[in-house]
Amino acid sequence: MTQKLVVIGAGMASGRVLEHLFDAGADYDVTLFNAEDRGNYNRIMLSPVLSGDKSYDDIVTHDTDWYESHGVTCRFGEHVTAIDREAKTVTGQNGTVPYDKLLIATGSAPFIIPVQGNDLPGVITYRDLDDTNAMIDAAAKGGKAVVIGGGLLGLEAAAGLAERGMEVTVLHLMGHLMERQLDESAGFLLRRDLQDKGVKVICQASTAAILGETQVEGVMLEDNTGLEADLVVMAVGIRPETRLANDAGLTVARGVEVNAQMQTSDPDIFAVGECVEFDGHLFGLVAPLYDQAKVVANSLMDEPDAFVVKELSTKLKVTGCDLFSAGDFSDGDGREDIVFRDPMRGVYRRLVVEDDVLVGAVMYGDTADSNWFFGLIRDKTAIAEMRETLIFGPAYQGGTPLDPLAAVAALPRDAEICGCNGICKGQIEDAIAAGATDLGAVRATTKASGSCGTCTGLVEQVLAVTLGDDFIMSAAASVCACTDMTHEDVRRMIKSQRLTSMPAVWQACNWTTPDGCHVCRPALNFYLLADWPLEYQDDPQSRFINERKHANIQKDGTFSVVPRMWGGITTPDELRAIADAADKYAVPTVKVTGGQRIDLLGVRGEDLPNIWSDLNDAGMVSGHAYSKGLRTVKTCVGADHCRFGTQDSTGLGIKLEKTLWGSWTPHKLKLAVSGCPRNCAEATCKDIGVVCVDSGYQISIGGAAGMDVRETELLVQVPTEEDTINVIKAVTQLYRENAKYLDRIYKWMGKVGLDWIKERIVDDLDERAALVDRFELSQSIYRKDPWAEHAAKKAASYQPLANLSLEAAE
Amino acid sequence: MSNWIDIAALGDIPQRGARVVKTSLGCVAVFRTAEDDVFALNNACPHKAGPLAEGIVHGKSVTCPLHNWVISLETGEAQGEDEGRVATYPARVENGRILLDRSFLRARAAA
Repeated sequence: MTQKLVVIGAGMASGRVLEHLFDAGADYDVTLFNAEDRGNYNRIMLSPVLSGDKSYDDIVTHDTDWYESHGVTCRFGEHVTAIDREAKTVTGQNGTVPYDKLLIATGSAPFIIPVQGNDLPGVITYRDLDDTNAMIDAAAKGGKAVVIGGGLLGLEAAAGLAERGMEVTVLHLMGHLMERQLDESAGFLLRRDLQDKGVKVICQASTAAILGETQVEGVMLEDNTGLEADLVVMAVGIRPETRLANDAGLTVARGVEVNAQMQTSDPDIFAVGECVEFDGHLFGLVAPLYDQAKVVANSLMDEPDAFVVKELSTKLKVTGCDLFSAGDFSDGDGREDIVFRDPMRGVYRRLVVEDDVLVGAVMYGDTADSNWFFGLIRDKTAIAEMRETLIFGPAYQGGTPLDPLAAVAALPRDAEICGCNGICKGQIEDAIAAGATDLGAVRATTKASGSCGTCTGLVEQVLAVTLGDDFIMSAAASVCACTDMTHEDVRRMIKSQRLTSMPAVWQACNWTTPDGCHVCRPALNFYLLADWPLEYQDDPQSRFINERKHANIQKDGTFSVVPRMWGGITTPDELRAIADAADKYAVPTVKVTGGQRIDLLGVRGEDLPNIWSDLNDAGMVSGHAYSKGLRTVKTCVGADHCRFGTQDSTGLGIKLEKTLWGSWTPHKLKLAVSGCPRNCAEATCKDIGVVCVDSGYQISIGGAAGMDVRETELLVQVPTEEDTINVIKAVTQLYRENAKYLDRIYKWMGKVGLDWIKERIVDDLDERAALVDRFELSQSIYRKDPWAEHAAKKAASYQPLANLSLEAAE
Repeated sequence: MSNWIDIAALGDIPQRGARVVKTSLGCVAVFRTAEDDVFALNNACPHKAGPLAEGIVHGKSVTCPLHNWVISLETGEAQGEDEGRVATYPARVENGRILLDRSFLRARAAA
């Protein structure tokens, strides 16, 4: 006999229950109540609806036809007012229906913080499509939004509103965002990324009142900070909607209590979803809801089944914020952390291990391997054997070094090979099949590798994989005899495989020598510190002597010492200190350099820490005259003194030098700032030159005056000093992230093209800002005086290991 | 017959590094490899007398800082196309201490 099933609430859980029942052909006559005037839709996708990526139609899971074809009586837009367990009836606003089995799926209600003004028009919650539409309407008017609550829902609301053009501030009561899913470090990265999207975040913000007369106007915090608001979204949490169950006399704790068969205290009444409490747990994510739905369906069909609580994982659906969290990551006795940070790329991974089992994982920035980690947590896999490499993910388990050809062979056809021209592997394969059997032909027919050229190695590998033995790899110059890989290959491996140490590079790139040579080691040391400024420890033993000892070696083994003169400006006191040092250490030659400073030539190696210490005492620091890094910023006197000067070229030069000093680059980096187009500082033959004009600053790059002599080419003219400094920081960072070691800017520019550089620095202001950020991050480590550090900590290493002069003379 | 002198702790030289020992007839460069092998060579490249102790140490070789000659730490021979040889002296590590042979250093002094 057909039984009557009444379902209260058309959410994701109950929708899934009905699917299971109908799929199994269960004999039920279903009446479905829903307070919202619509059927089941995918609530998780409300965020994409809010952000405009999807429409309501896209997220409907069950449409009218579906209900009709399964004979479901739909009572949408009708509130249920009572359940009568004696009579086994449910009463809605439009009448009463009898049931044999009842399913309560009333979901949850948003928590409204009890402050003054919380009922003003313009204060909304974020639970359903009506809320979403209300936000979309509000955003259409523009203005300011305040989102109270920095959890999953609040942040998705904030990002969506920002996407729609509102000025959004998130208020969060706790010390960091999403504190239930994230630890502090990941919370910080998330906050930074949201702020990049224009979402302002205030943590430890306790709301005191919502202000406004007839419409919300603002939010007042406990610390008396006032925020203007045209819209306030409350997303501080949810509580199970249990009023009907309570009124019906069912056992209710925080939620409607159910057993493992999802049965309430009344055996004919089941409950599912967010309104449920099972074994002390409440549920807010979709995975356990679906598990419950299956159990409910089986219970309704008298099939044995039992719900069990599983580990949960969370992902945030905000474009550009890749976040994953699973399991338990709180500190505890016997728990150990494995942490990987790559702040430059905004990547953070933390694994929590207890008794050789992974119990928690937080990933931010790169969540590609999240399913693998989640599997380890869920299956309680023993991880002792892979613990050393666990944090690097599944690609690192098994211990075989990576074969670049196998990696290329494994790429799907739609994998992008040439980022500049948007060419995928499949297009290259097609071109090869059509007769383009060498690099030049592929480049001519597809444009792949024709722009910046960094993917040349990859294109060749696609050729090799596709053609097999028919392809003869062109003899692209490898880094050195230790490897077959080119500089570009190695740089790509370092970035893509996250190689953060020299042994990792040797291993992954099949180095044939145990520890490299004098050619590759300085290059690798540079690539590693440029790509992983915080992670990688600079290795002095892989640096040429000049950079290891912070002085230039001369042909007789003595050194030259060049203190910095910011922008070429010095003082009588500095000159006296230099003269005193020259006397004290019997410096044979004192020379004025082309970079507007003074070179003390012929200093003995063991005197270096002492002469540095003396120069430090007079306020001078290393001039890095020995480095593949910033050398000098040459200036003319500019508007301060010169009757032609248009801007303060000296001042700008000093600012630039103080910003850039200490930075390592692929080759030496020389700058100059001229105060007018007469160009007395010779800015147009420097790596980066600035020529001041009345209307601003012309920044040009790629000059040289060495073995090659070249004039710079104009990158951009900007109106202010601040813009100038930012453009120069950005171009320096772009150069060091991409250029081959020992390529000056002009050589690098010859390979990638000035247009490629302009696209990133001039046309794309976001990219410029990101480059500036990465530059500053690196400079937080390297903008310091190595002389002071060596004089204080390493002075002994400059002395002979032992003195046997007397011994030998015995 | 050998006559070892305790020069310094192994840790006083960084891995893939070198320090010099002064003698009355110029410096001896003492190298430590990544494998903690220790070698002692005359601190002058056969090419233009570059200070080998300032070079980059790789494998069991050092590259001269002046003109990139590569010298074998085991034999003192210049590698590759370059021709020349640097004097080498017995050196060993015992209980974490670097030991050099006094008689060889003396012989050198007398040479």
